[in-house]
Parts: sequence; C-alpha cells; structure tokens
Amino acid sequence: MTATVPPKAPTFLGLPTAPRGVGHLRGDQSFPDAARGALRDGQLRANLGHATSTIRGKRARVVAEVPDWEQLRAAGKALKAATMARLDEHLEELERQVTARGGVVHWARDANEANEIVTRLVLATGAPEVVKVKSMATQEIGLNEALEAAGLDVFETDLAELIVQLGEDKPSHILVPAIHKNRAEIREIFARTIPGVDPGLTDDPRRLAMAARQHLRERFLRARVAVSGANFGVAETGTLTVVESEGNGRMCLTLPETLITVMGIEKVVPTWRDLEVFLQLLPRSSTGERMNPYTSTWAGVTPGDGPQEFHLVLLDNGRTAVLADEVGREALHCIRCSACLNVCPVYERAGGHSYGSVYPGPIGAILSPQLTGVEDNASLPYASSLCGACFEVCPVAIDIPSILVHLRAEHVEAQQKPTAEGVAFKALARAMSHPRLWHLAQRAAGLGRLLSRGRPTLPNVLPPPVSGWTRSRDLPTPPRKTFVEQWTEEHGR
Amino acid sequence: MSAREEVLGRIRTALGETRAPVPDVVRDYRSGHPTTGPALLDLLVDRVEDYRATVLRCSPAEIGATVAAALDQALGTGWAAGDVVVAPGLAQGWRPAGCDVDDDRPAVQLADRAASVTAVAVAIAETGTLVLDGSPACGRRALSLLPDCLVCVVTADQVVGSVPEGLARLDPLRPLTMVSGPSATSDIELQRVEGVHGPRTLMVVLVQPPRVGG
Repeated sequence: MTATVPPKAPTFLGLPTAPRGVGHLRGDQSFPDAARGALRDGQLRANLGHATSTIRGKRARVVAEVPDWEQLRAAGKALKAATMARLDEHLEELERQVTARGGVVHWARDANEANEIVTRLVLATGAPEVVKVKSMATQEIGLNEALEAAGLDVFETDLAELIVQLGEDKPSHILVPAIHKNRAEIREIFARTIPGVDPGLTDDPRRLAMAARQHLRERFLRARVAVSGANFGVAETGTLTVVESEGNGRMCLTLPETLITVMGIEKVVPTWRDLEVFLQLLPRSSTGERMNPYTSTWAGVTPGDGPQEFHLVLLDNGRTAVLADEVGREALHCIRCSACLNVCPVYERAGGHSYGSVYPGPIGAILSPQLTGVEDNASLPYASSLCGACFEVCPVAIDIPSILVHLRAEHVEAQQKPTAEGVAFKALARAMSHPRLWHLAQRAAGLGRLLSRGRPTLPNVLPPPVSGWTRSRDLPTPPRKTFVEQWTEEHGR
Repeated sequence: MSAREEVLGRIRTALGETRAPVPDVVRDYRSGHPTTGPALLDLLVDRVEDYRATVLRCSPAEIGATVAAALDQALGTGWAAGDVVVAPGLAQGWRPAGCDVDDDRPAVQLADRAASVTAVAVAIAETGTLVLDGSPACGRRALSLLPDCLVCVVTADQVVGSVPEGLARLDPLRPLTMVSGPSATSDIELQRVEGVHGPRTLMVVLVQPPRVGG
C-alpha cells in the first residue's frame, strides 16, 4: 500500500530547494527540542506575552475601523494568486522597467549566488562598510556573514536589528526581531556594546531609541553603499517600495551613492494600482497603525535625488520549488506583516528562535519547510495546534492550517519506515472495525488506571513509542468503566 | 545557462506547460471615501494629530505667517532664518524671510539645518498621510529627512479621502515619500516612541479654502 518514495525528499518537479550550509532557514534542533528550552525561560515568555498581546489589541482596533477589510483581503489574495500564475512575465517586465530607468537587474539562483553578487558589487565601490535596511531576504541568505567574510563592516540600522546585531543574537520575529528582549535587557546590551554611550542610560524606550539615533547618525551620513530588501516591486513601472517606521530606511535609500536591493521573486506586483490594496492591508496588520510612518518608492535612478547607482537582485533560493506545489504556493503570497505570529498560541509560548529559521511562527512553519525541502525542517509542519487564528488575521488570507496539513502528509509520505503513529493508527483502524477487539482494547486501557494512582492524568512513564506522545501532552487517566459497560449496567441489554 | 534563464525556466516548469487561467481580481473594496468638504479636512487633522504631529490651520492669505508660527512652536521663537532650509520650488510667499534654499549641495550638509519647509503632492485623510514627490515644491528626499523638524504645507485641494484616491494622483516614476507622522519605532516592547532617525517633529500647515459668502 505504501508508495515507493525516493530516498531523498522530493523536490517538486526536480526544482532545487534552498541550499544547505548557507543562510538561516534551518535550525540546529527540531522544533520540540528547541521549544522545550524556550518554555523553561520565564522571562522570555513574559516578554513575548506582553508584546504580542499589545500588538494584537492595536491591530484589532485599526482593522475594525475599515468597513471593507474583507473585500481588501480577498483582493489581496486574488492579486497574489494572479501574480504567481504569470510570475515569469511580471519579472521580465519589472526587469525591463528598472533597466529603462537606469537600474541594473541581477538574477540569483540561490543564497550563495545572491551573496556573491552583492559582495562583488560592494567591493567594486571600494567602500569599507555597508548600511542595511531591515530585510527578511538578506537575513534568509545570510548576507551579513558573507559581507563580513569579505572584510566589510555591516551596520544594521533598524532598531530591533541593531539590538540583535549588538547582542550577537538571532532575530525571533519578522517585524520586531528583538521582541524577545525587554527594555532592561536592551539597556544592558546598549550599555555594554555602544562605544561612548551615556553611562546614565536608562531603560526608558525613548532614551534607548535616542541612543540608537546617536550611534547610527554618523554612519548614515558617511555611508556610500546601502543594502535593502523590498516590500513590493511594481512590474509595470519598475517602482520598488520599502515600508518602514524609523527613517533608517529613508537614510539608506537616500544618502548613499550606491543602493543594492535584494528582492525575493515573489515580491513583484503587476501594477502600481495594486499597491492601493497592499498599502492598506500591510500597516494595519503589521504594526497596528493606519499607515506606517514612512513608505519610500523609487524607480531606477533619479538625477540629483538619491543613489546614482541602483542594483536589483532577484532571488529564487527555493521559491520556484514552492511555486511548483499548487497547494503550498500560497505561502509565497505572504507580505511579511507578522500578524500570524502575534496571534499564534504556539509562537507566543515557544518564541521565534524555536523555529530555527528567520521565518518563525505559522507562516514560517509553512514557508521554511517548502524553501528547504520538508526533510530539512520536518518538525515545523507539526509546530501548530491548527487552531486557525493565523488564517483569520492573514491580510492576504493564506490558508495556513490547510498547508500545514498538506505538508504533514507530504512528510509522512516521504518516510521510508513506518512511523509509530502510522502503526498505531493501523492498529486502531483494525480494532475499531472488529467489535470484540475493540471491547478487549478498552478493557486493557482501563489497566492504565493502575499507573495513575488516583491522579487525573497519567504520569510520563509510558514506554516508547507512546512516550513520544505523552512527553508533551497530558493523557487523562482512563475511566473506571467504558461507556458501553456503564450503559449496559444502567439500561440493561 | 545564465541565472536569469535558469530562474525563468524554473518558473515555467513550476507553472506547467498548460497554464491555468489567471484568476480574476475583484476590486469591490472602496475606491473613494464618503467624507468630503470641511469634514474631510477635519478627518485629516484628526488622523495626523493621532500620530502626535501638530496641525496649524490657516487661510490662503496667512500661509507665510503660519509657517513662521509653526517654526516658532517647533524651534522656539529664537530661530534664525539660516536654520531653516526650504524646497527650491516652494512659493515665495510661504518662505520665512532670509531662509536658506536647497540647491545642489551634498545632501548630508542638510543635516546641519534645524528645520525644512516643503509642499506636498497629495494628502490622504483616512490614514493621515502626506506624500512628497520630489517635485521642486516638495524638494529632494534628503530635504524632508535630515533636518530634525519638517514643516509641510498642505492645500485643501490636495486632500483626498482614501489610499486608492491618493495613489491614483501620484506618478510612480518619481521618488515618493509617504509620511505619516514623525519617525517612530515600536521595537522596544512594541511601544510606540516618536522620533528616531527621521524628523522628530512634524508640523502641518493646512490651508483651508476661503469661506464661501463669509
């Protein structure tokens, strides 16, 4: 009955996934192992609980005041699906338009190639350092490490990215990479790592933000090269878009002589008009604001205004493999708002680091395994209770729960050996279709009461493979009598 | 094979030889906004102030004086004309006497100025968003970025209700900056703090049409 499967997990239609050994899409541990440590960290759980409940409230308020929210969501979903259906044509148009306006377009098959391109471009300018706008794509490919390996200094300029970089930490949230740190911890990092910082620095968020402003100001003013990501790239006009809050993005997009933008190929949108949908959906879902403080758009090079050299690097790195899966491709619709993280009960407790990838939370649980091939992130499709809250808040209505189930099925199919779960369910199926066996099994289960010694749940003493289940779940003590026994007693035969 | 050919080839493989038709995009969301007239300006003011920016209203005859009043409020009354740099295309009557006018200087030199004054291309009431488009009246992008205080003059005819109306008025080939309040961050415990790298103070001078029959 089991189909023969290739020893290597399948890449859809032979399309390559993101390569191993570069970037940040794979963790060192499986999700449950990593989460176990996070769950013991009371400070982390308190920080995450506080932050996510704050942002949930803000989002709910500003979404509720938009009477046509559901129509916008539906339009956002349809726009993304329509874009993916002709992705090649839109990218070719984007390339034509960017080139026509003085930009240079590069194509990168994967993280290694993108890192090589950007490093080569930076080295060609002769600049010793790079300022960076927060970008998920460059996090994904490990660009900072590649630039540093080439002897360049890299400065993250988003406040949260700066906190992560100075703390030699890893990002744990798409929007607020330092969400796992509270103000006291951030003050400690700044006091320890920023040269010449005011020794009287307090943990007042305003004072901390001012310390970051001071630290980065001079670097912005002397910067010759900046690297950014892009929220949207408009094919019909060649217009790139960066959505941000602090003005660090504007500094990087405006002051340097050279701008290099790394954009995942799924970020293209066909027309300028399409932004009227996404610029309504994104800020309200993301920071819970009617509009984020700054949105910058540019098309190629503008004489006398901003960088006079512009490079756009279009990145695949496993995206085409995701596109090949007709169910899973919806993960490419993501606009990186992080609303699904903020509502996820699993994320709130386990934290972003447990996912092992720069894309944490529900969207990460469907995106990372598809980008790497499910065998390299096999535990992530299970890092969810399938409660559906992520689907409810997703501004482009990605059906995350269904894709999780789809990936679980794919993972199970890829297993060569029968799993304990598979064996258990086969036994269950047999017992349930044979009344006598079922009756015996229920009687046998009653023996579990002996283990419980009167407690409502069984202790974690069951042998493998059952221990795999009970390690993270409470198993109720079986009742004294089965339902059928009780019914027979009370009602006769 | 070049990376370009290979990536495009992979997309074609992923989408298959016989491609599914492109799904329809139904745009049944609001394109406009029900609010008009003075109520539309009130909505803009409400939304801009919600970002902790300051709005000063005036008549067309009072623009110059109101820009000066905005600078008084932001910088204190002792400011010198040389502290303020204005967009090269800003109307003469809107400029403080003796102020600096932006020219071809290296952009970073604008960081020495305390405040800048610009016009806008469009203002979106529902989201409290001002859009600068790099035209001579709005100035280059660095002008509205480096000085710590930004004063924007908005005329009533530039105010639209919704995001779709705003984008429809803009030229996507120009470098655009959409400004919704002063620079801000929510990176520390997701608490909003106004004022990081961009201007910490945003002043809006809203020019109302003269009252009919007043």
